[in-house]
Amino acid sequence: MASITIRGVKKNYAKTQVVHGVDLDFASGEFVVILGPSGCGKSTLLRMIAGLEEISDGTIAIDGTVVNKLEPRERGCAMVFQNYALYPHMSVAQNIGYSLKVAGVPAAERAERVQAVARVLELEHLLDRKPMALSGGQRQRVAMGRAMIREPKVFLFDEPLSNLDAKLRVQMRSEIRKLHRRLNATSVFVTHDQVEAMTLADRLVVMNGGRVEQVGTPAEVYSRPASRFVATFVGAPAMNMLEGTVTLDGLSLLGDSRKLNVSRTGLAVGAKVAVGIRPEAVRMVAPGTPGALEASVDLIEELGAGRVIYVDLDGAPFSIVTSETVHPEPGSTVGLQFAEADLHFFSSETGGRLDVFKATVPEPAL
Amino acid sequence: MVERTPILNFFTHLILFAGFVFCVAPFVIVAIAASHNLKDVNDVPMSLLPGSDFWVNIKTAWTTADLGPKLFNSFIMAFGVAAGKVIVSALTAFSIVYFRYPGRMLIFWLIFVTLMLPLEVRIVPTYAVVANVLDPYQAIMDLTGLSWLIQKISGVQVQLSLGLLNSYSGLILPLVATATGTFLYRQFFLTVPDELTEAARMDGAGALRFFVDILLPLSRNNMAALGTIMFLWAWNQYLWPLLITTDQSHAMAVTELKQLIPNVGGAPEWHIAMAGTLIVMVPPMIVVVLMQRWFVRGLIATEK
Repeated sequence: MASITIRGVKKNYAKTQVVHGVDLDFASGEFVVILGPSGCGKSTLLRMIAGLEEISDGTIAIDGTVVNKLEPRERGCAMVFQNYALYPHMSVAQNIGYSLKVAGVPAAERAERVQAVARVLELEHLLDRKPMALSGGQRQRVAMGRAMIREPKVFLFDEPLSNLDAKLRVQMRSEIRKLHRRLNATSVFVTHDQVEAMTLADRLVVMNGGRVEQVGTPAEVYSRPASRFVATFVGAPAMNMLEGTVTLDGLSLLGDSRKLNVSRTGLAVGAKVAVGIRPEAVRMVAPGTPGALEASVDLIEELGAGRVIYVDLDGAPFSIVTSETVHPEPGSTVGLQFAEADLHFFSSETGGRLDVFKATVPEPAL
Repeated sequence: MVERTPILNFFTHLILFAGFVFCVAPFVIVAIAASHNLKDVNDVPMSLLPGSDFWVNIKTAWTTADLGPKLFNSFIMAFGVAAGKVIVSALTAFSIVYFRYPGRMLIFWLIFVTLMLPLEVRIVPTYAVVANVLDPYQAIMDLTGLSWLIQKISGVQVQLSLGLLNSYSGLILPLVATATGTFLYRQFFLTVPDELTEAARMDGAGALRFFVDILLPLSRNNMAALGTIMFLWAWNQYLWPLLITTDQSHAMAVTELKQLIPNVGGAPEWHIAMAGTLIVMVPPMIVVVLMQRWFVRGLIATEK
């Protein structure tokens, strides 16, 4: 078990900077997920922790020891790669036991430990096979076994589930979670898949463009996104964003075509803001209801348990998720209503969150 | 692409067959000639029906040219060259692909350029070096005045000398460096996923460990292909062994074949010459047959 401390870490490739000064603290035994779009520097950050990538500036410490100059093997990390990276010419047992062989562990003890790991991962009957003769999920488990056998202080996962099909991904997700509960080693998991991120994380780090946008529990990140980027990146369908200006009695939206009556604590008249509202926080009401915005229905996506209704708000796309059995005709007009507490405000210039309301953060649902 | 075109199929097979005949016909004629007696082989035209003296001719050829020790010499040399090339080029390519150091590309291109300098072009300097391996160092010491200095101080005249003429090392070493092999390995190493290298690093394997445990087993097809080609190439070397083996005990099978070729004024014993040729052809053929499975895989497909 080990804590990880990252201070002012930067990464440059020749002249391009891809990670711009990241400060993070991962507590011992924590499962941290780094979430971000491709190219945001999340994998680079993970590889810097692993020691596969040089740290251009700043320090990374594992358990209080600065590891900048240490070789990967000296850092006590194990890594699970996206493409599994199994050695194709070795059997499953040899793959899992290779790090022990390198470390000079005697063959008998090695076999014993391979057996133990294989038992946990239910790979016992596959130990003699070559990786080529395994399915994707099995390969993934071998890759995890290879990481586990060293009993590392830190587990690093680099998008390990992205090559699996949807069903297997859900299954492996819960297996990783169970494994973590069992081993309780500090884990850092990189992904671009927000469902994966939300379900796995004790704590979520959202990155964009080489910077950390927000750190928090999945519930915090979802209910109080720190920036416009986080708001639209986390949640599916994405949060609706409307550009507006603060007026005396509320907000004028979409170039004055719509008015919204909200109390405007803390915002100056004339300030440009973006108003965000989650699709699932919108209620559909009869057109003409006082205070409701009117919009015309574009498209309905049936999801079985509910449906996503895409409407057009004077050219701005807007979506609603509802579990009610309503089926408005495409082209018909509906009214949209939402509670003030469900609105998120972001500065139009900086994209940062503007705290207009004292929103309450629900307890993390675990 | 799968097509059903019977006429085209017929023609492609015809071309294939023509190519086959073109390649095999000379060997068939050699084999037939080797089975005739002195009279039949000199008939014009020579009968294309095999004669009955095949084993007699083989035996005569074997004893006349004393092929036993010559084949052994050839085998040692060809095997040494092939093994040397496989090892040296693997190491060179490993260094070029997996390490970052100044002048890396320069070194790669220097190796590449040697493709344009086959042995025949540099035969004189190569001979000079083999005649006395330490000659270049002697020259450097003479030029820098180092030998003069040593003589002044210790009174010993520096005379470095290590000749490799008429030795297996002299036969093998100058042929071991290979740009082709380095290039073949380099291309293969470039297809090995980076993640594998990284996984090995995470598992704690150092560079040499990674090379021995991971890269070499993965490139065994490559090694087989390169080894086979180079074995054949070395087996067929003529000029170099001819030049540096003046001593019969180090003579090669291929160069000794000329002893079987009828001299002007001698009896035209072409049947014996052909039989000798057949004998010399057998070892490389065995190598090709044994290695064929690996060999083809190594040249065509990258194992995924």
